[in-house]
Amino acid sequence: MIFRTFVAVVLLVSSATLVNAQTIAITGATVHTVGPDGTLENATVLLRDGVIVSVGSNIDVPPGAERIDASGKIITPGLISPAGQLGLVEVSAVSGSVDYIQRGDRFSAGFDVADAYNPRSTLIAVNRSEGVTRALITPRASSPDDSGNASHVLSGLASVVQLGTDGAPIVKRGAVVLVSLGETGSELAAGSRAAAVLILRAALDDAIDYGRNKAAYERGDWREYSISHTDLNALQSVVNGVTPLLIDVNRASDIEAVLRLAAEYDIEVIIIGGSEAWMLAGALAAANVPVILDAANNLPGNFDRINARLESGAILAQAGVEIAFGGGSATQTHNARNITQAAGIAVANGLSWDGALAAITLNPARMFGIDDVSGSIEPGKDADIVIWGADPLELTSYPEQVFIRGNAVDMRNRQTMLRDRYLDSSADKPPAFRH
Amino acid sequence: MKRVLTLAAGAVLILTACDRHSGPGTAADAPYASRYQALPAEPTILRGATVLTGNGEKIDNADIVMRDGRIVAVGEGLDSTGLTVIEANGKWITPGIIDVHSHLGVYASPGVQAHSDGNEMSAPVTAEVWAEHSVWPQDPGFVTALAGGVTSLQILPGSANLIGGRSVTLKNVPGRSVQAMKFPGAPYGLKMACGENPKRVYGAGKGVAPGTRMGNVAGYRSAWIAAADYRDKMAAAVKGQGEAPMRNLQLETLVGVLEGEILVHNHCYRADEMAVMFDIAKEFGYRISAFHHAVEAYKIPDLLAANDTCAAVWADWWGFKMEAYDGIRENAAIVDRAGACAVIHSDDEIGIQRLNQEAAKIMGAAARVGIDVPPERAIQWITKNAARMLGIDASVGTLEAGKMADLTVWDGNPFSVYTSVERVYIDGALAFDRHDPSVNPITDFSLGTQAINGGAE
Repeated sequence: MIFRTFVAVVLLVSSATLVNAQTIAITGATVHTVGPDGTLENATVLLRDGVIVSVGSNIDVPPGAERIDASGKIITPGLISPAGQLGLVEVSAVSGSVDYIQRGDRFSAGFDVADAYNPRSTLIAVNRSEGVTRALITPRASSPDDSGNASHVLSGLASVVQLGTDGAPIVKRGAVVLVSLGETGSELAAGSRAAAVLILRAALDDAIDYGRNKAAYERGDWREYSISHTDLNALQSVVNGVTPLLIDVNRASDIEAVLRLAAEYDIEVIIIGGSEAWMLAGALAAANVPVILDAANNLPGNFDRINARLESGAILAQAGVEIAFGGGSATQTHNARNITQAAGIAVANGLSWDGALAAITLNPARMFGIDDVSGSIEPGKDADIVIWGADPLELTSYPEQVFIRGNAVDMRNRQTMLRDRYLDSSADKPPAFRH
Repeated sequence: MKRVLTLAAGAVLILTACDRHSGPGTAADAPYASRYQALPAEPTILRGATVLTGNGEKIDNADIVMRDGRIVAVGEGLDSTGLTVIEANGKWITPGIIDVHSHLGVYASPGVQAHSDGNEMSAPVTAEVWAEHSVWPQDPGFVTALAGGVTSLQILPGSANLIGGRSVTLKNVPGRSVQAMKFPGAPYGLKMACGENPKRVYGAGKGVAPGTRMGNVAGYRSAWIAAADYRDKMAAAVKGQGEAPMRNLQLETLVGVLEGEILVHNHCYRADEMAVMFDIAKEFGYRISAFHHAVEAYKIPDLLAANDTCAAVWADWWGFKMEAYDGIRENAAIVDRAGACAVIHSDDEIGIQRLNQEAAKIMGAAARVGIDVPPERAIQWITKNAARMLGIDASVGTLEAGKMADLTVWDGNPFSVYTSVERVYIDGALAFDRHDPSVNPITDFSLGTQAINGGAE
């Protein structure tokens, strides 16, 4: 077993700046690091000040450290929900609680849902206690309303949030920009998927031009653009090849159009949906384009998904495509917790177990550029850790304790409170009087 | 529990007279009757499996003998003389899975507007429509459901209306017509809906009641008053007291419920609304076979048990609308623990493929609070109890001699995420084989697609 030493400099900084240094040693578990150390048996994970200090079999537990005996348990990195609207909705059909949709197209790439994020949403505690420690929160495309107003093909910025209760909730603002092509794009672009691509091209062209002629534009001495000033600014890091476009697209021919566009503009893209991505596995691998899948999707919900199949994850991973699970609504937002089931379904259909665990931890961290701090159990990364009683992908398994940035989170939530209230049916008073 | 019908002689005549409309009909040439034909089968023995009978038993190393579409025997060391032998060591066998709440065929894939045939949203009471007249048997979802072990399923109208119409129960053997899929002898169901959907679809926007929950209740009661009146006039006419009213499709179906022939399937999320629905049933003298989407059933398990009403639920759907805000995973387990009838349903073309997994999530959640649900009990939520709420439990839902040989063979414990359905038998015939695509149905729509051909380009 490899023993990894944490960089001494960082340790010094930590102890110098934090008075209440808290050290936790979780011992005896099988640790799936999803990092270079692979799976470690009977290992110790040492956490200090919210960061992983070391993981291995021969760790010296410092005196004074809080010890947690996890013998016989399984430890994984915290799960990462790669899509959805956690903190942007309470009840989907209650519009006042929904903030991920912008009716009309006043803003496009610049629409930033992070400003609406509610870390106190009841959904967060529910999913956190089931092992989800970080999530991408995205806007959503808005279909034409009764007056024909639809949102733009570019829906806006998506951000990564951490689901703990301490520290800033937004850990990476504007991690990706969401775009809808294919049938959804067609609907937004008044009738043709070609028009949706054209709108995207126009926005990218405008952003490039704006980047080169900012001064003239600000003086009012330049041509008009198809999108607003805010949106042009949001797209600068996209056209500079830093921020990926997260493109919601399913049909193989539409994915081919995305690959052409990505090559032409030399931009980073991530596919979400990707029902027919498996048909282009080689091309996606060659272009280094990751895919966020709906693992259970195997029916033609529309003509874009005629060739959807359960083996998608296995085929793509085999070809070397980086995959994540959580691309379907059944494993997002309210039920982001069900990405473990999605991963298990992919295993049942040919994906390796390790590949499936990576698809709900490290892979999404890499896609969104947060793998320096999360996604695996490695020294120096944030201590997002889940202790499971049994195989985390199994349906009957559940977390016994979740840590987010080193803090043991409260495992209660509104659903456990409802459960506990109604479990006891013998009380002589109505439920409202039991708490 | 069978409802005892006390009918005057005249009412019996009426019942017989309308039986050909409200019942499935027994003669193959009756209008709308089932014309289901079982697939060709050979006498077969499945040997050495772990069997969950659906009756609460788990039998290790058990054999199952099927002949002429029926289960002949379940037990250890059965005689295999003259039978096709299928070694099933290491496999688990359960009764065929039954989904009590599906819209396959009425909201078929691809989900285009032209396939939107599940909600007759033209009036709040449309008891006159029959879901079977919307079912497209070429829905590819029937095949994927079969691959998930589903052998029977109830297709319901949607929930836009207070009373949405008749459901139909099908054998999951895709045919050329819906009649060729109708479960022989299954009673019809009547779809009713509580809560948000009807009051949202009608009300102020359409200028038609209901616009509130109290409007919903007034709507149900008015419909039952009309049905009772129709029933009474028909009965009187038979006795020569007055002229029979013109045949009324809507009221005919509602009378079918009052006579106990048609089972009520009531979409109802909130506990307080279910309690009100029980009072309406009491007022008009009908029984509610089941509440569907009963997200808050765990708040009233005692009421469900006392009324002999099943709660059909998801494992963990919640929060998509206000009346689904209190959903908890332990719901079915709490209902089950109280001695009420718990059922897991899908309402979804993807979810129907893994009802076993939905049950497994509930088992895990229940275990957390000390409710132990072993596999032999959990399987009842998607077999025996489901058959009971559809009124087909005399034919299917458990593995016992004399019942239809509908069963699902799994390559392991069905409550593991890694387990797949290996084979499905319907009426003793092999309808699906994970390892032999030549056995499996392909609907017309799916012909030529890559997903069927398999393999990456």
